[in-house]
Amino acid sequence: MASSREIKRRIRSVKNVAQITRAMEMVSASKMRRAQRNVLATRPYADRMRDLIGELTSRMVGGSRRGTLLEVRPDTGKVGLIIVTPDRGLCGSLVSNVLRRAGRFILEQRQLGRTVDTFAYGKKGRDFLARTGQNLQAEAIKLGDAPRLEQILGVATEAISRVQGGEYSEIYIIYSEFINTLVQRPAIKKLVPVDAPEESGGSRLDFTYEPSQEAVLQELLPRYVETQIYQAVLESIASEHSARMVAMRNATKSAKDLVRDLTLSFNKARQAAITKEVSEISSGANALAEG
Amino acid sequence: MPIHLEIVTAERMVLSDDVDLISAPTRDGRVGILPRHAPLLTILEPGELDIVKGGQRTPFAVSGGFMEVLPTRVTILADTVERADEIDERRAEEARRLAEERKQLAQNEREMALAEAKLRKEMVRLQVARIRETSRRT
Repeated sequence: MASSREIKRRIRSVKNVAQITRAMEMVSASKMRRAQRNVLATRPYADRMRDLIGELTSRMVGGSRRGTLLEVRPDTGKVGLIIVTPDRGLCGSLVSNVLRRAGRFILEQRQLGRTVDTFAYGKKGRDFLARTGQNLQAEAIKLGDAPRLEQILGVATEAISRVQGGEYSEIYIIYSEFINTLVQRPAIKKLVPVDAPEESGGSRLDFTYEPSQEAVLQELLPRYVETQIYQAVLESIASEHSARMVAMRNATKSAKDLVRDLTLSFNKARQAAITKEVSEISSGANALAEG
Repeated sequence: MPIHLEIVTAERMVLSDDVDLISAPTRDGRVGILPRHAPLLTILEPGELDIVKGGQRTPFAVSGGFMEVLPTRVTILADTVERADEIDERRAEEARRLAEERKQLAQNEREMALAEAKLRKEMVRLQVARIRETSRRT
């Protein structure tokens, strides 16, 4: 059995770890609440935009989709993939789940004879793509806990312009969907061609479009795709913080269990030492008395 | 009968209020919206967005976006929008200067176009910030 001094030292260091993980848990909890609020705050904009696109496309005849992001393009043998991950680890299996999903997607596309160009938001995904040589085209890292739309535009416009330039036929995004505090799932979404929302029904108003219906749609669609990317980034951030909070809560609990076990060993070692000492003294006293 | 105006950006709902008049910079020029306007969907350009409520004018700087007009409801989907009195004039001036510099340094057509767009937005911000200055003095 380890000496009591050694055990004492271990108890102290495990306690320190528990303190740190406990603090990280609390920090993540507050960041998570803010991140969730941010996800919700972007919904009105995205919903309104969806309605407008629905409104516009419901009045369009097939031909006018040509050249927009709505058009289902002939297969160019190349697709774009955007991967959203956190910058930092220590958030359970979140990063590896997203990356595994991405790896599977790339393999599937390869089997279809397509190559995949990748774009990364977040350091973990960027590092993975660079390390495994996945045609990384553009990246945005260190976006912080509450990125502004502007910060995500660089990579987004780059990817969109590749479709408009006829290089890609499709763009996909993989990110961690925030379901609730305990559950985050890697999700994959097709961004381009844009899936036109169903006609909402309701009263049909006779809109005037300025400068023209086509021009408005041409402007609206890229913005809509950017908004979806922005939402994915925000959801990923909410997922990251809740995953980290849960991971840190588990770590704190394990540390506390360990401290309990170590304290038990420490007390046993202490008791054994005392017993030994007492028996030594008493046997010494006995020897003196007999002699 | 007032118009219900909502200004939203991708980041948040900026304003939701009943107003009397909206004057917005669109691609085809400035448009004034009064109640019972015909349904309209239009593209916004960087410029000054004015809202009048009870005779009180509130200027905003908008950097582009879309405006949907219904007879009693207007929704503005803005790229970015700031109330004039929220703009820090000194920092706006600094941002404009940076944008100008970047335009000088542009290497190709695409960079040039980006820098020019940025410069236009910054100039609008500065202009709108100054409107507030003058209106306060009078």
